[in-house]
Amino acid sequence: MPTKTEKDAITGRETTGHEWDGIRELDTPLPRWWVYIFYATIAFAAVYCVLYPAIPLLRSHSEGMLGYTNRAALVQSTEQAAAQQAGFISRIRAASLEEIRKDPELLAFAETGGRAAFAENCVPCHRAGGAGAKGYPNLADDDWLWGGTLGAIHQTITHGVRNADPDSRQSQMPRFGADNLLNRQQISDVADYVLSLSHQPAPADAVERGSAIFAENCALCHGEKGTGNQEVGAKNLTNGIWIYGGDKATIVETITNARNGSMPSWGARLDPTTIKMLAVYVHSLGGGQ
Amino acid sequence: MMVRAGDAQDQEGIPLFAPHEKVYPRSVRGPIRRLKWAVLILCLSLYYLGPWLRWDRGPAHPNQALLIDMPARRAYFFWIEIWPHEVYYLAGLLILGAIGLFLVTSLWGRVWCGYTCPQTVWTDLFLWAERLIEGDRMQRIRLDQQKLSAAKLARKAAKHAAWLVIAAATGGAWVMYFNDAPALVHDVFTLSASTTQYGFIALFTGTTYLLAGWAREQVCTYMCPWPRIQSAMIDEDTLAVTYRSWRGEPRGKHKKGDSWRGRGDCIDCRACIAVCPTGIDIRDGLQLECIGCGLCIDACNEIMDKVGRPQGLIAFDTDAKDAARRRGETPRHRFLQPRTLVYAAVLVLVATIMTVALARRVTLEVSVLADRAPLFVRLADGAIRDGYTLKIENKRVETRVFALTVRGLADALLHVAELDEPPVPAAQGTTLAVRGDGIGTFRVYLQAPRRDEPETPFTFVVRDAKSGETAQYDAIFRGPGQQGARR
Repeated sequence: MPTKTEKDAITGRETTGHEWDGIRELDTPLPRWWVYIFYATIAFAAVYCVLYPAIPLLRSHSEGMLGYTNRAALVQSTEQAAAQQAGFISRIRAASLEEIRKDPELLAFAETGGRAAFAENCVPCHRAGGAGAKGYPNLADDDWLWGGTLGAIHQTITHGVRNADPDSRQSQMPRFGADNLLNRQQISDVADYVLSLSHQPAPADAVERGSAIFAENCALCHGEKGTGNQEVGAKNLTNGIWIYGGDKATIVETITNARNGSMPSWGARLDPTTIKMLAVYVHSLGGGQ
Repeated sequence: MMVRAGDAQDQEGIPLFAPHEKVYPRSVRGPIRRLKWAVLILCLSLYYLGPWLRWDRGPAHPNQALLIDMPARRAYFFWIEIWPHEVYYLAGLLILGAIGLFLVTSLWGRVWCGYTCPQTVWTDLFLWAERLIEGDRMQRIRLDQQKLSAAKLARKAAKHAAWLVIAAATGGAWVMYFNDAPALVHDVFTLSASTTQYGFIALFTGTTYLLAGWAREQVCTYMCPWPRIQSAMIDEDTLAVTYRSWRGEPRGKHKKGDSWRGRGDCIDCRACIAVCPTGIDIRDGLQLECIGCGLCIDACNEIMDKVGRPQGLIAFDTDAKDAARRRGETPRHRFLQPRTLVYAAVLVLVATIMTVALARRVTLEVSVLADRAPLFVRLADGAIRDGYTLKIENKRVETRVFALTVRGLADALLHVAELDEPPVPAAQGTTLAVRGDGIGTFRVYLQAPRRDEPETPFTFVVRDAKSGETAQYDAIFRGPGQQGARR
C-alpha cells in the first residue's frame, strides 16, 4: 500500500493504490444506505443470538432468552388445533351415532375426521375410499358381512373380527377339504351349486348334486338359499360380490381350506371419538344402511 | 444542475448522475390553479367518501357499495358482485383505464398527470399543508438554510405531523375499501382492529408520507413509466404546455418604460420556474418532467398583465398550432386524429364487451368431480354405482332451489347422500337447495345396470325452476364393461 493517498485527476476520487496494466481502481465507498443496512444486520444478529437458540456448545446449545424451540412451537400449534377441535370432539363424544348423522355440522366434521383416520389406519387393507382388495371387503358397496348399519359398523371397528378381543366378531368356517369333511368331487359339486346361486353357468347335474351337499353342510350358516347370515358373518353367496373371487377355482379353494379373515380390534388403539367418526365415514362411503 | 467533484461523468464532462435538488414550488393564483383545486377536491372527495356509500343487498350480505371482501372472497361494486374466478372483469376495467388514458392523452395531452394522478393530487395536498406551516417558497428556502433552532424544529415537526395525519387518513381510507367502513373506524379508534388492518394502514400511511412528502416529483421523473412513453404518445397535434419562444425570445430584464422593440416578451422573471412542481424551466421546451399541470401559465399570465403584454406567452397549445401562429397563419386545431378515433373505437368495443359479459353473467355454475377411489362399485344386484361430488354455485343473493336431472343414462337411479330420500330415477331427478351467494356441495350416487362399455358419457343438468337458468356438466359413468365377461 502506498503511504500517500493518490487522487484520480478526472473524478477527484482516491484510488485503492492497486495498478494492473496501467489501470487503477477508484476507491469508491459503499453507498451509505448499504452500509447502514449492513450494520443493522449485525445488530439484528446480536439481538437474535441473545433471544433465540443460536450458539453451539460442546454438548448442547445456547437456549436463548425467549426459550424458543421448534419442538415447543410444534406442540403449541398442535395444541391450538386440538383446542379448536375440542368443541366438536366433545359434542361427538356426547352424541349418539344417529344424532351425529342428523346434525349436518357434526356430520361434516365426523366425515372429515373419519376420512383422516381411515387414511391412517384402514387404507392399507381396505384401500382408498374403502374400495377393498382380495381378502378385504369393499366398504362402499351394499353387501355387508357383519351388518352395514351405523351400530354394526361401529361394533366391528371397535372389536374387530376373529381376534383375541373377547367381544370381537367370531365364527369359523370349517376346512371341508383339508379336514376331509367332503371329498374332491363333493367340493366340486358344491362349487358348481354356488356358481349357480349367483347366476353363473354351471353343469346342471353337478348343481343338482351340490344342492343336497349344500343343504347339509353349508345352509346352517349361509342360509338355505345361500343369502348369508350377518349374525355369523356368513357371506351372501347369491350376489355378484366376492371377497376372494367368484370363479370356480377360487370357490373350490375357499371350500377346501376355508376363509377366516380377521381384523384388529381398534377399540384398544383408537379413542372412542375417532372410532365414532370412522363409523360415520365408512357408513357414508355409499353402502351404509 | 451543478457538476460536483467526484460525480461520475462521461467524456464530455456531463454528469451521469444528477444529484437531487429540492424543489420549492411557489404558490400561484389563476384560473388553472382554481381548476386544479376543484379537481383535487373532487378526487379526494370521491376517494374519502367512497367507502361510506351504502347499498342494500339484503340482511346476510354487506351493505357497503364499494367493497373488496378478502376473507369472503367477494368484490362488490354497487349492484355488481364478483367472485374470485371472475377477476377478468377487473382485467377488463384495467384495459378500459389504459385505453381511456391513451384517448385522453391524444385529446388533451398529459391532463391525467397534471390533474388527476393520485401522486399529483396528494403532492398538491402535502404542499398545501407545507405552505400553511412553513410559508411560501422563499420562507421555506430560508427555513431550510437556517441553523437548527427550537423554532425551526417546531415548524418541521408540525409539518411532518400534519403530513402523517393526512397519510394516515389516506391509508385508513384505503383499508376501508376492504372492510366495513363504520366498523373499521370504530375498531381502529378503540384499538380493537386486527393486526392486519393496523399493518396495512401503517403500510399505506408510510407510502403516502414518503411518496407525497419526500419523493414528490421524483416519482414522476424516475419511478413512473408513463412519462417515459410520452414520446410515443405525443405528436405535433397534442396539447401540451408550450412556451411560445417566437414571442418570448430574445428574453431579458425589462424596466418600466423601456421599449419592447427588438426583444421578446419574456422578462426572465423565472416565475414559471418558481411555481413548477417539478422544478423545470418550461422555456427549454417540452420535456419528460413536465406533468402538464399548467401552473406556469397562471404565473406567466400574472406577470404579462403586470408588464402590460398580452397573456399566453406560455399556454396549452399544440406544436402545429404554435408553428402556425409563428408564421402568422390562423391556427387550426386538429381535434379528431385517426388515432383518437381508433382509441375511441377500441374503448367503445371493450366497454361493449364488458357490458355484454356483465349482462350475460351466469349466476349458476356447476362443477362435478368423479370419485377416483374407487372408480366404481359393484352392487349386490350386479348393478354399478358411481360416486360424484357435485358443486353448485349460486351467485344470487337469495336461496335457490335447483332441479338436478341426468341426461343420457335412462336406466340409472340417482341418490344424493345429503337428502334423506330413497334413490329416484335419474331422468326424473331431485331438487337441491343452495343458499344465496354460496356453494352447495353434494355427494351424488348414480346406480345403473352394468354396461358393455367401460365408459358411458352423460350430462348432469341443474336447472333453477323459477328462473329457468340452466347449467350442464358433461361427466362419464364408469364400470367394468363387457357384460358377458367372467366376473
